[in-house]
Amino acid sequence: MTFAAIPGPPPPLPGGQPAGYHRVAIPTTTATLAEHAAALHQRGFRLALVAAHDDHDALRAVYLYTAADPDRRVELHLPIDRDQPTVPTLAGLSFPAGRFEREMHDLYGIQPLDHPLPRRLVRHSHWPSGWYPMRHDAGPPPDFTETDGPFPFLTVEGSGVYEIPVGPVHAGLIEPGHFRFSVVGETILKLKARLWYVHKGIEKLFENRTPTDALPLAERISGDTAVGHTLAYCRAIEDAFHLQVPAQARRMRAILLELERLYNHITDLGALCNDVGHSILNTHALRIKETLLRLNKDTTGHRLLRGGVLPGGATLRHIPDREQLATIGADIREIIHLALGNSLVAERFTGTAILTAEQAHDLGTLGYIARASGITIDARRDHPTGNLDDDGLLADDLYTIPTQTGGDVLARFQQRAAEIDASLTILHTLVPTVTPGTVTSWPTDTPHPPPGTVSGVGIAEGWRGTIVHRVEITPEHRLHRVKVVDPSFFNWPALPVALAGTIVPDFPLTNKSFNLSYAGNDL
Amino acid sequence: MTIGGLLATAGQVLLVMAGAPVLVGLMRQVRARLEGRAGAGIAQPWRDLRKLLRRQPTTPTGTGWAFRLAPLLLIGTSLVLAAVVPLLTTASPLDPVADLFAVVGILALGTVTLALAALDTGTAFGGMGASREMTILALVEPTILVAVFSLSARVGSTNLAAIVTATLHDPLRVASPASLLAAAALLVVVVAETGRLPVDNPATHLELTMIHEAMILEYAGTDLALIEWASAMRLTVLLGLLASLFLPWGIAGTSLTALPLALLAFVVKVTLLAVGLGTVEVFIAKLRLFRVPELLAGSFVLALLAVASSFFLA
Repeated sequence: MTFAAIPGPPPPLPGGQPAGYHRVAIPTTTATLAEHAAALHQRGFRLALVAAHDDHDALRAVYLYTAADPDRRVELHLPIDRDQPTVPTLAGLSFPAGRFEREMHDLYGIQPLDHPLPRRLVRHSHWPSGWYPMRHDAGPPPDFTETDGPFPFLTVEGSGVYEIPVGPVHAGLIEPGHFRFSVVGETILKLKARLWYVHKGIEKLFENRTPTDALPLAERISGDTAVGHTLAYCRAIEDAFHLQVPAQARRMRAILLELERLYNHITDLGALCNDVGHSILNTHALRIKETLLRLNKDTTGHRLLRGGVLPGGATLRHIPDREQLATIGADIREIIHLALGNSLVAERFTGTAILTAEQAHDLGTLGYIARASGITIDARRDHPTGNLDDDGLLADDLYTIPTQTGGDVLARFQQRAAEIDASLTILHTLVPTVTPGTVTSWPTDTPHPPPGTVSGVGIAEGWRGTIVHRVEITPEHRLHRVKVVDPSFFNWPALPVALAGTIVPDFPLTNKSFNLSYAGNDL
Repeated sequence: MTIGGLLATAGQVLLVMAGAPVLVGLMRQVRARLEGRAGAGIAQPWRDLRKLLRRQPTTPTGTGWAFRLAPLLLIGTSLVLAAVVPLLTTASPLDPVADLFAVVGILALGTVTLALAALDTGTAFGGMGASREMTILALVEPTILVAVFSLSARVGSTNLAAIVTATLHDPLRVASPASLLAAAALLVVVVAETGRLPVDNPATHLELTMIHEAMILEYAGTDLALIEWASAMRLTVLLGLLASLFLPWGIAGTSLTALPLALLAFVVKVTLLAVGLGTVEVFIAKLRLFRVPELLAGSFVLALLAVASSFFLA
């Protein structure tokens, strides 16, 4: 099942101004926002990002919509009155929009009017009320106090219904998140995941840095997605400066992106086996992961592939060789074969926590979670950034998008397995075409200052799914605003939906099959 | 009561006390080596116990006698089991207690005590673990009873020592359908009762999947040490019981001279069983919780068939 755009060029919405790569900006007002948004949704656009901005004298929100085939990006620019910061809600049109609005409310104090679920999202009760950290005049965080009382969890009532609170501190070495299960017997009636324990203010830290100074920050948004986030960030910068990236560098970046996908997917395959008590395959998956991490270290000098992607280009110290990749591939395939060949393991995976294609689409899920439910969405194909070489090697030729139909843990396992195969094929094709060294089109002196504030959008298919960054750069060459959207922001709400009706002891397995980022979600 | 029997029983208890943690360590080591890991060595459970025994236990607010008493009762029942079950000798001075019903009762007492303690903590995990453990207990205990019944029916006694002695006199009985079916049924329930794969995963850190571990999450220090120790002893005694019922050779009677041989035979048999279990665990995964009753029901059917065949084929 695909939810591709209606074919044919989009009838342009009135008043669109070219703003960047395949991108138009449309000024809108509180009166026309819903109408514009509805028109875009109807034409197959998805809401990729909502960013509020504090322009000192006024507030502003930017709604970025993207569509594939052909690649189109449309921005709705909505000015907001600083004294009465409200926006009309789009929650009825799109589920992610409602969550973006709650995020805007907590960080900027912009009130979504008539929001169906106006609860806090990012904020915890100890944040002082009326303090909005992303406002320019927010100042240092005031003393934390208990102001708003506990989070209003929905209490499920009935005979034999009880609650299991888990976390935010867990037994394993994982990130913090509180899960509130309402359970009857062993069956989950409702799960509420209360996250946002790791707010670091990263978007605030970007502000007023130069684009190159902020690169290390982009690499550290989510530790296991260093390449994905850096790539999205660099593409956004390049978009803002209208900078072309050499084809050689585009291929290097493609290699790095697939190396990141490989080591993360194999870790997940092992962890899924471990969670059903079949730890021997986890041990071997960890061995392969270590091999890949060492390969990463040779390739970029860092085990998590930091330092490889640069603004305007990329740098590689070493090129992985085809034989080694083939050996790793054979090793991984053996693990997959053994896992699915074990009837106990296969039985645990099959039919567990099904996310239907309709649910996956309605929630706006991305990455392997969407593809395991049968939705063909992949930024490598949907938002290509040019040919991969001068002979016209197209992204389309390289990127086949495997999908599954089951939507259960097994489908998510098989999806990762299929993506590993696809990644290895891509690497096999690209590896001989690059040589070690640095290739970049970034000017050695600072690029010409832009005439006014410029904006850029960067989209990259990280291993978890589509990452979108949007930057605004001032004429003084400083980052005015960086908005980061990790696929986990879209995917977290899918976890409780998939879990309804499954049993409590299957939660860890399901959670692992989603493997969502806490750090990327809560910036 | 004989001196030999008394000495053998004392030796049996001491051996189980000292050997149980080593047995657990051995199973972990076997698994580690087969998975290609170095492993912590077979003495690691002893090191853990030593560490825990030096630490202060904690008592969560609001818990009462059930929580405080459970470790003592659990270790107490385990020691009684170690003394009563014929492991080294059939001539235990506690022989009259070595009755099938008494043994199953003592085993269940330990489990129920722990479940009550888990409920006493009032945490969601404690209640969850206790509820799961009771589900399993309800299916395990009848299977143990029925399986051993099939062996006792031919002997005409539910005394474990009498059953073992009868098998020693007529070794061919081991190969009878009743005996083989009972052995299979008992093996499954021993795995379930001791919380091993595929029923429970003793190595997991995932609270929501736990059964046994979920019940003891609130324990610390000496209390935790006693529970861990008692669990290891129960595992050892149950494996020893399996060995004595189905491979009784080498077990000593009243004679003092047979004791060293009995000791050696016991160690070898239990070690082999433990290595076997540890090896099998590498190749299997944990069952979905709702499949566990199916597995246990299967083992109950085996036990029932064992009883039937001991009547009709004997």
